[in-house]
Amino acid sequence: MTMAQKGRWLVVTGLVLLGGVYVRALAFTPVERFQGPAQKIFYVHVPAAVTTELAVILLGLAGVFYLFLKDPRLDRFAESSAEVGTVFASIVLTTGPIWGKPIWGTWWTWDARLTSTLFLFFLLVGYQVLRGAVPDGSLRARYSAVLGICAVVLVGFIHLSVYLFPTLHPQPIVLKPSKPSLPGEMLLTLLLSFGVFLLLYVGFVMQRYAIATRRAESFHG
Amino acid sequence: MGELLRQTWTIARKDLLLEFRSRTAIVSAVVFTALVLTVFNFGRDPTAVSALDLAPSILWVTFTFAAMLGLNRAFQLELENQALEGLLISPLDRRSLYWGKLLANLAFVAVVEAVGLPLFVLFFNVPVGRVLLPLLAVMALATLGFVAVGTLFSAMVVRTRFAELMLPVLLLPFLLLPLTYAVQATARLLADRPLSEVAGWLRLLAAYDIVFFAVASWLFPYTVDE
Amino acid sequence: MLWAEGLRHAFNEGRVVALDDVSFNLAAGQTLAIFGPNGAGKTTLLKVLAGLIRPQAGSARVAGGRRAIGWIGHQSQLYGHLSVRENLLFWASLYGVPRAERGARATDVLARLGMTDRAEQPVWSLSRGLVQRAAIAKALIHEPRVLLLDEPFTGLDLGAAAELRALLAALRGAGRALVLATHNVDEGAELATDVAFQLRGRFVQYAPRAGRGSAEIAEAYRRAVAGTNG
Repeated sequence: MTMAQKGRWLVVTGLVLLGGVYVRALAFTPVERFQGPAQKIFYVHVPAAVTTELAVILLGLAGVFYLFLKDPRLDRFAESSAEVGTVFASIVLTTGPIWGKPIWGTWWTWDARLTSTLFLFFLLVGYQVLRGAVPDGSLRARYSAVLGICAVVLVGFIHLSVYLFPTLHPQPIVLKPSKPSLPGEMLLTLLLSFGVFLLLYVGFVMQRYAIATRRAESFHG
Repeated sequence: MGELLRQTWTIARKDLLLEFRSRTAIVSAVVFTALVLTVFNFGRDPTAVSALDLAPSILWVTFTFAAMLGLNRAFQLELENQALEGLLISPLDRRSLYWGKLLANLAFVAVVEAVGLPLFVLFFNVPVGRVLLPLLAVMALATLGFVAVGTLFSAMVVRTRFAELMLPVLLLPFLLLPLTYAVQATARLLADRPLSEVAGWLRLLAAYDIVFFAVASWLFPYTVDE
Repeated sequence: MLWAEGLRHAFNEGRVVALDDVSFNLAAGQTLAIFGPNGAGKTTLLKVLAGLIRPQAGSARVAGGRRAIGWIGHQSQLYGHLSVRENLLFWASLYGVPRAERGARATDVLARLGMTDRAEQPVWSLSRGLVQRAAIAKALIHEPRVLLLDEPFTGLDLGAAAELRALLAALRGAGRALVLATHNVDEGAELATDVAFQLRGRFVQYAPRAGRGSAEIAEAYRRAVAGTNG
């Protein structure tokens, strides 16, 4: 089985499982007391946000390794991770306002967390714009690595800021120093959703990576 | 280290001399700053929003755009007659090249700000006399952050298509953070809040400067080598 | 003075071969002329020698390192808004010429190139031929022992080209080694002590000149180019 096929299977599996998670979320997970059914979107929103972040961090790591190893495969991975990350960032930026309207009464607010996802989105888009503007392959890889590393450093700073700015956004509930503050049922659904999103990320990246490889090879022929 | 600093100074002095000779970039940046400040003045409804409320944002948006003008120029001038290639063939250390460019860019932006600040005070009738020193500290720290990242990126975009457009697209997400810190600090200064409330923002700015200066010094050689 | 061993380099992930197993060495007093069509990898070779590109395989070494290299290309590498003299002082400083010597060094080089009266003129105001002479002054300011010349005749009219050839002829000897890369055999053959034809990254011929005339070299080059194409 080629990598593209494996990736496709992973994505199909992921989508089916996502359906399963949502059946569980809608039918078998208790409704949140204050937010009502709107809170259900959180099982997409939060895992998508975490996956976006993961995509950016892996992009930066691939950049660091690329600068030392000069292996074009790392660059292809970074390229794939950036594109997939952009898709997940779009999911976060769409689901956030849909949730925000009934709960906060506004589609958008310049809250630190919303803004930080917007940052990620801009960084990822900028990354791809830069890639499009450098014709030479190895120069493009090097520039992308540099920008990717800077992006990760910036993301670190943004997180630092998020804790310092007053925020409307719900505080992190799972990944925080003290114990997760979520009822067991909801936590399980959320964790399942995390797993599914991770699967989708890997599946998408594998397919995109296969395209990048084929593109590189077609020039050799 | 002595040799590194000597080369750094050689590069910075050359850039400043070039700027002084042609003067086109600095004059347009200063005029641009004055124009943006004027535009902002007409862009607000004086009966609805007081100048003091908007002042910090106006100041920093103006400085951000002015800095961008200067940064675009930094490596553009090395393309003339392929001087950049000459620099890379010479025994010049890549870090010295970055630091020299950084120094020259800082001087460039400092001149623009030195003209921009009095104009800002004049146009918006903002009393800065009492907080001048801390305000200058905010300006110095924020400018260093802008220029540290901007110099790195300008070395990259100069070899891409649509360089003038590319720089803002890549750079603005990075400038938003120091811009936010600077606006918060400036707002507190202008509102006569105690200095202790500003210190946190200054520390954040300083942290941003140190981290990005270090990261950029490490990454810069990868952006200029072939 | 100059050693290259098994140099290989390709661009765009191996799609464009610029250097294919290139080896040679050059002693003081020798001039290697490399002839090849555009895109044959001549500039890449010079950039590898100058340390600008790290080859993917093989190694190149220049006695004395970066400080010993002077570069003359078809672009002057001079700043248009600075005077000729200011340019020279800047490059002298970058190459680590002691401050006390820089002024005398610049005066001396300018005199050698007959440009004393142009010293204070900004580079942008000079004619193409004079800019090229200023570029040579810049390349000589740190007294390099190896000169790399990349298509130095491009854009010069016949008179200026002849003048440049005379200048380069005078630079040979005196313990210096020259590498001249050009696509035009008629422009460089008479300067060479060694001749190489570079096609698609490869030295298809590399031999001492051994008394061959310029016309003979030009003829051999045309045959070599026709041979690889056909």
